[in-house]
Amino acid sequence: MSVKVLIPTPLQKFTQNQAAIESNGSSITELLNDLESNFPGIKARLCDEKGDLRRFINFYVNSEDIRFLDGQATPLKDGDEVSIVPAVAGG
Amino acid sequence: MTQAVDTPRTASRQATFTGLKCKECGETYQPEAKHVCEDVCFGPLEVAYDYDAIRRQVTRETIQAGPNSIWRYRAFLPVETDTPIDVGTGMTPLLSAQRLARRLGLKQLYIKNDAVNMPTLSFKDRVVSVALTRARELGFTTVSCASTGNLANSTAAIAAHAGLECCVFIPADLEAGKILGTLIYDPTVMAVQGNYDQVNRLCSEVANTKGWGFVNINLRPYYSEGSKTLGFEVAEQLGWQLPDHIVAPLASGSLFSKIHKGFQEFIKVGLVEDKPVRFSGAQAEGCSPISQAFKEGRDFITPVKPNTIAKSIAIGNPADGVYALDIARKTNGTIEDVTDAEIIEGIKLLAETEGIFTETAGGTTIAVLKKLAEAGKINPDETTVAYITGNGLKTQEAVKGYIGEPLTIEPKLNSFERAWERANTLNRLEWQQTLV
Repeated sequence: MSVKVLIPTPLQKFTQNQAAIESNGSSITELLNDLESNFPGIKARLCDEKGDLRRFINFYVNSEDIRFLDGQATPLKDGDEVSIVPAVAGG
Repeated sequence: MTQAVDTPRTASRQATFTGLKCKECGETYQPEAKHVCEDVCFGPLEVAYDYDAIRRQVTRETIQAGPNSIWRYRAFLPVETDTPIDVGTGMTPLLSAQRLARRLGLKQLYIKNDAVNMPTLSFKDRVVSVALTRARELGFTTVSCASTGNLANSTAAIAAHAGLECCVFIPADLEAGKILGTLIYDPTVMAVQGNYDQVNRLCSEVANTKGWGFVNINLRPYYSEGSKTLGFEVAEQLGWQLPDHIVAPLASGSLFSKIHKGFQEFIKVGLVEDKPVRFSGAQAEGCSPISQAFKEGRDFITPVKPNTIAKSIAIGNPADGVYALDIARKTNGTIEDVTDAEIIEGIKLLAETEGIFTETAGGTTIAVLKKLAEAGKINPDETTVAYITGNGLKTQEAVKGYIGEPLTIEPKLNSFERAWERANTLNRLEWQQTLV
């Protein structure tokens, strides 16, 4: 299950400055574990101690906020694009 | 009244802010263009102040001797310059709303009227004046924003005054008045085919790639501080005391939390006496993620997809929603939402009782005020302030078809007499309907 993951600037130090990477997983939870195995340290930045996504991190699958889908259980399929966007601003 | 503007730059006074601090984890950062706690938890950053320094600089008298604008509170704002961008923003009327109060069964009701804020007739002029002053200090030459309309008006206008390049992003379906009221200042306007939350996300990505100052993204810690002046002014206009209860619209939740911060800062430096102030928030039913969380007792916000005429507050994924929730709960306030029909009635009620024409966000606030008053959630004797944040001339579409039509007559006395009699008959019929 190969998906493209867009990495925000503050996390690119974990990905050797790559803004986009290929990763694997059939859900967001699996994707997070795959990211951690390839880029150690990145998961602790995205998730709290319980493994839940931090409340100011936003994940989008093909531009849809995963909170409108199944949250961390949101399934992924080949060719999906996942964006990680820190802290909503605006308003 | 004419206000002196933009005198030549002089030496910088001692800044009263020390840097940026994460609201979630407390990590500190340099006072740069940055809004995210990048090193730890990705929480939002906020400006940190040296309150001892502010206390040394400020008294009621020094404030009263200051400019007739938000810059009389400069010691509480995150800028270094002695010559901020002053276009006469702020010090809008605090109106004793006696006729509206009687209609709602209240006794001490005030309207803070930012429908007549300068230069673009919404509270956004406050935040933009601060953001662009800071943008200039940080060396930006192009400024930008993700806007539901009022912010685009304000950013474009004040950028024009300050001689900054400007590119604004709005949802493509905004009201005509808000689009025209931006284009007139000749910025680049990107009308994005999507809702505000999609515009906002796009701007987060653009902010990462362009070296622009986005007032409500990378400059957001500075920008949002401008809303504190809505708290400061009300306290000063009430004779240096705090109200008992405030009602304000909720979009991102930033305005609401900054009014609270403004009151707290005035208490902290001894300008007003400490007292409990209840904070109640207003949302449109078609975009009410904060109200839903409040009613369900949740401490997290589930984003929604907006569907309401109140476009200026249609933010489905509100950045400061959790902070607004927290403030409403801890101050014993409430958060309520109203339908689009109630919003239109709210706009009309304020116009007919107080002579203030507000936009849909103001209609939302008045409709929620009415709902809370009817539900007994506002004590009639409480000094209550309702914040009206925008002007109705910008959202004329919202009330078209719900208000009267002019009576077209010939330029002859008898034509007038016939029309006048007919109008009075119609009025009597309306009264009869009301009585039935």
